Amino acid sequence: MRAACGARVNRPARVQFVAKNMRVDLALIAGMVGADSRVLDIGCGDGTLIDFLARTKNCDARGIEIDMAEVTEAVTRGLPVMQGDADADLVNYPDGAFDYVVLSRTLQAVEKPREVLRQMLRIGTHAIVSFPNFGHWSLRLQLLTRGRMPMTKTWGRMWYETPNIHPCTIKDFFALCGVDGYRVERWYAADEEGAKTPWRRSVMLANWFGEQGLFLLRKV
Amino acid sequence: MDQGPAFADAPHQSVTFEDGLGLDCGRRLASLTVAYRTYGTLDAAKGNAILICHALTGDQYVAETHPLTGKPGWWANLVGPGLVVDTDRYFVVCANVLGGCMGSTGPRSPHEERPTEPWGTDFPAVTIQDMVRAQNRLVEWLGIARLFAVIGGSMGGMQALAWAALYPEKVFACVPVAAAAYHSAQNIAFHEIGRQAIAADPFFYSGRYWAEGVNPSRGLAVARMTAHITYVSEAALTRKFGRRLQNATDLTLLGDRFEVESYLEHQGSSFVRRFDANSYLTITRAMDLFDLAAEHEGRLAGAFEGTRTRFLLVSFSSDWLFPTAQSRAIARALNHVAANVSFLEVISDKGHDAFLLDEPDFHKTLKGFLAGCARHVGLA
Repeated sequence: MRAACGARVNRPARVQFVAKNMRVDLALIAGMVGADSRVLDIGCGDGTLIDFLARTKNCDARGIEIDMAEVTEAVTRGLPVMQGDADADLVNYPDGAFDYVVLSRTLQAVEKPREVLRQMLRIGTHAIVSFPNFGHWSLRLQLLTRGRMPMTKTWGRMWYETPNIHPCTIKDFFALCGVDGYRVERWYAADEEGAKTPWRRSVMLANWFGEQGLFLLRKV
Repeated sequence: MDQGPAFADAPHQSVTFEDGLGLDCGRRLASLTVAYRTYGTLDAAKGNAILICHALTGDQYVAETHPLTGKPGWWANLVGPGLVVDTDRYFVVCANVLGGCMGSTGPRSPHEERPTEPWGTDFPAVTIQDMVRAQNRLVEWLGIARLFAVIGGSMGGMQALAWAALYPEKVFACVPVAAAAYHSAQNIAFHEIGRQAIAADPFFYSGRYWAEGVNPSRGLAVARMTAHITYVSEAALTRKFGRRLQNATDLTLLGDRFEVESYLEHQGSSFVRRFDANSYLTITRAMDLFDLAAEHEGRLAGAFEGTRTRFLLVSFSSDWLFPTAQSRAIARALNHVAANVSFLEVISDKGHDAFLLDEPDFHKTLKGFLAGCARHVGLA
């Protein structure tokens, strides 16, 4: 087993979603959210993003998180977070309950990504979705040269135990938006840390070099 | 077990409303007494009040030594100076429920038509909502226009939910713990065993045991023993007692017993010294009648339409009396109306009783939730 993989496996709190670190996306996502808006963050972890949005943008920001330890942490911080998951709980919210529904680095791990997206844009005016890009050159190269499932910092667990059961590429995601009639209002391809966002001009380049995709969607 | 009188009465702090209270059953109590305790100081704006609602066999002595049993308050680990519900900061109110036996109007109160006798089994059927309306009279009388929070576990959680449904504008934050929006068939079934045990006691005298100067202690104790099993998990019972025997190495004599048996016996006998059998019948019935969705065509979300109350729902993983699924159903109903809701299942093997015990995750989340609400409402 490779060292990088072992390091991941030793973090049981992250079992549900690989490489989930709210801070990498925080600044980018927060930049997409309007002030004073109603926000639902699905897979909110310890609530870092909703806390940030409530404090800095006066948002009515709430969260759903599957991991009980994270929910405990978030509620202890005084944040409105409920234990639940994207696949089962979105259906309970009324139409248009939120201005923004955020799904950060979780889409690839849900049971039914297409349905989750549909629900997000039913209960929210906007959906903000980020996911690790399976089209990144290093993954393609590994698959090409080794003939095995790629292992990177982001895709750090073996195929038989990864929670990332629905990997997709940035191009794949554009295609799904087209099929289901979602307008991409803004998009970024970012590096792992979410710090750099070049490649905005070309989807093809973004799909080769972006480690993660971040989309702001709206129903057409 | 002796069949002496239930318990010596103690004076309870109370307020009486001479205009009475209309009940869900259609009858009207001509006069309403609410016994209560308060802790801490109500601030000038009267904005720091927290109402604590007690469970089936609890009472208003939430955070102080009980005047009859001499035991610490039932939530003394949670409510008090510097604790999670900090009485240095909040003004805490706890009232004995309508139908109770610690000073509020109930089966032990004087009968309206025959004031020399207690109501006994003639006491009208009351509901959880009736209990809440009685508490509301107290809250109004204390001059509190809006409660900062209503907190309760088990039946207290039912009351907290009913508060949020009946008086949404009066409840800023609502914390139903180990609660449910309705009493399940299984819950009702266990209550019925308890009621049957009481009714079968030869000292029950059709509820007129007070006239005979006796008490259906045996039946009430069995009711308590049955109920107590539902309050704990199998794992907790195993951890505490296993199959250990009481003062014996072998079950040779008929009198030899398992430890768990003597524990239950103790639970039963200590209970009858502080609880009235007719109150037990009245309150268990009120719980059975509870179904918050019923008034809204079976749609629980209807009870919370347009609510602006903030909710914290807490369940315990090993609670099979008010299981997590019940709390989750409430959370989902609240999602339906886009309410501000936090929901947490605490991992514990202590069963339903966990809400009364030292559960660090429960305590720290409640503390954080209250602090978050206090920030929002501008409580210093």
